[in-house]
Amino acid sequence: MTAYLRPATLAEAVTARREHPDYVVLAGGTDLLVGAARRPPPPGILDVLGLAEATGIRHDEDGTLVIGGMTTYLALLESEVIAAELPMLRACAREIGALQIQARGTVAGNIATSSPVGDTLPVWLALDATVELVSASGSRRVPYGELITGYRKTQLGADELITAVRVPPREPGWAQHWRKVGTRRAQSISKVMLAAAAHVTGGVIRDVRLAFGAVADRPVRARAAEAAICGQAVGAGAVAAVRAALAGDITPIDDVRSSADYRLRVAQNLAARFIAQL
Amino acid sequence: MTIEFRLNGRAATVTASPWRRLLDVLREDLGFTGTKEGCGEGECGACTVLIDGEAVNSCLVAAGQVSGREVTTIEGLGGDALHAVQDALVRFGGTQCGICTPGIALTAARILAREPDADRARIRELCAGNICRCTGYQLIVDAIIDAAGHIKSEEP
Repeated sequence: MTAYLRPATLAEAVTARREHPDYVVLAGGTDLLVGAARRPPPPGILDVLGLAEATGIRHDEDGTLVIGGMTTYLALLESEVIAAELPMLRACAREIGALQIQARGTVAGNIATSSPVGDTLPVWLALDATVELVSASGSRRVPYGELITGYRKTQLGADELITAVRVPPREPGWAQHWRKVGTRRAQSISKVMLAAAAHVTGGVIRDVRLAFGAVADRPVRARAAEAAICGQAVGAGAVAAVRAALAGDITPIDDVRSSADYRLRVAQNLAARFIAQL
Repeated sequence: MTIEFRLNGRAATVTASPWRRLLDVLREDLGFTGTKEGCGEGECGACTVLIDGEAVNSCLVAAGQVSGREVTTIEGLGGDALHAVQDALVRFGGTQCGICTPGIALTAARILAREPDADRARIRELCAGNICRCTGYQLIVDAIIDAAGHIKSEEP
């Protein structure tokens, strides 16, 4: 018989997590409940959806934007702070599933599932976000890029919960960009995603982040392409450079949704479009 | 476990595994078969119900999660009479085979309750999680717009 726990506080939640490492940690269920009726039930459910200490959007004293792990995509869409400061995250959330998924799916759930096509994941890479992990013995912050260790694998400990994503403040003048390519606008699984940010002053690209989803076993930064255009003037030269460097940066695979060739071409087009509009 | 919640405005108690899909508990344990299963994986929206007024796919909700929540299914949408969106769907012919219709009606009711000023484009976006393979959506969206007008005109 499956047990069910809905802790009222974070302290209760991490204690339960330590006592019951075999329980499924359940938030919105938009990944975990798919096919659930055909699988053996888990020994227990640790329901963290709505856990107040891990829900909501606020600023730290240093300007870091702290997005609670149990924040739903719908809550992101309804947030004026997100609209003003993280337009790429808003654009991303708007294209995840549709209303019913947005109302239920959470920031932490997307990270914990760590699918290569997880829509929000490239955004965290492009924003240099860190993830806050809490256990009964303490908490730690891990840069999002280090949290992912492989295909659907993270270094999230068996006693830890994801409580927040922390987005550091950036100086004004950073452009943000989000683009998802799928078969249709709603309810589609991505073929290629680009979350990008760039800092341009005086017509020169001072700093840039190009983060892709669905082109590798995990979301990835295109570091060679970033290096190729950093310090370059905006314009056709940078556009050509980003296209060329990307070919050596990412090696997508053929799968049911797309071919490797198509994915590379689209990734190049998306990056080129972003750089061209800077 | 014993799951206590509110279903269509009344107290409900059911003994079920908390891992069972809300969809199955509604249909099989409680006999509320108005909620339909289409894809069973959160793509089609046929199983849409409202939890605390928000549209969700009941195939992706673990039954334990509705403890203490308010669930609305198509059976409870209008009370004794048809809800304004049901009435409009009938008048406009915004339905054909009917499998998607309960889910459409619940999503529409949510739109009217939470975003009554949504324009046509926004209504289409909000309905994108309810897949209909018969109607082409035109009459569904027309019905929702009409129902939104009716609800507004009823306000004092």
